[in-house]
Amino acid sequence: MARMKFICDAERCIECNACVTACKNEHEVPWGVNRRRVVTLNDGVPGEKSISVACMHCSDAPCMAVCPVNCFYHTDEGVVLHNKDTCIGCGYCSYACPFGAPQFPSQGTFGVRGKMDKCTFCAGGPEAHGSQEEFEKYGRNRLAEGKLPACAEMCSTKALLGGDGDVIADIFRTRVVARGKGAEVWGWGTAYASRQAGQPPQNPQPGGTAAPGGK
Amino acid sequence: MKAAALLAVLLALGTTACTERDQSLYQGKVQNGEPAYKGTGVSAFTAPGWTPGDRNSWEQELKTRAQRQNEYNRVN
Repeated sequence: MARMKFICDAERCIECNACVTACKNEHEVPWGVNRRRVVTLNDGVPGEKSISVACMHCSDAPCMAVCPVNCFYHTDEGVVLHNKDTCIGCGYCSYACPFGAPQFPSQGTFGVRGKMDKCTFCAGGPEAHGSQEEFEKYGRNRLAEGKLPACAEMCSTKALLGGDGDVIADIFRTRVVARGKGAEVWGWGTAYASRQAGQPPQNPQPGGTAAPGGK
Repeated sequence: MKAAALLAVLLALGTTACTERDQSLYQGKVQNGEPAYKGTGVSAFTAPGWTPGDRNSWEQELKTRAQRQNEYNRVN
């Protein structure tokens, strides 16, 4: 079974924000809610890097751990989804998420914080696949249509890769070998507890050697 | 003999209140019983190249689409 993941290649992202636009268009996301956004590190400094950030669908999701009403769940493909009928909009997930993924619409007269909204990996929600209710609450269910997330599929430089973790990791590996640099995969250590080049060892052993980690 | 049996039953019933309920951390479950490979039922939006309901063809279709992100596969 596929384990869906995102990779953002900071060497390739040109900060065009097309992934953000594609996401908003595909799911008709309201004003004030950005399921995906582009962050530029060291903006204006030579060598600046941009990364496209959204929910990374963590293996051990902090949002799921802190949610007081247990509205989060993992699909068979490892996608973290949530039930808006259960969500009370408390915002705990927003504090717990290391990626700032949870978003809260505030369209009420008094700026009341609404139900949480976040990237669904274009996998819809707990409603029936392809139903109007699912679209209105969670957006399109491209995964059930046999498609991958719109943001990754239309990325012009292919900086953003989305799909089965093994497949996109292979694509990224080929790319890194060809160019000979930029092996760091932003966010993978946090989201999937994987050790990547450029990251400090997670469990230093006495004697100075790092504990063996996953891919 | 009867009294002993009665006492055993009472003890068994009485001590059930001492058991702890499961306090293990909540693990998210799939709330929608329909897996993604079942499709949406809307053929207009379904990608050609796979059969809704066929898990293998769905996985293959996603792998094929994922490889389209690999420009090293292109001819030129």
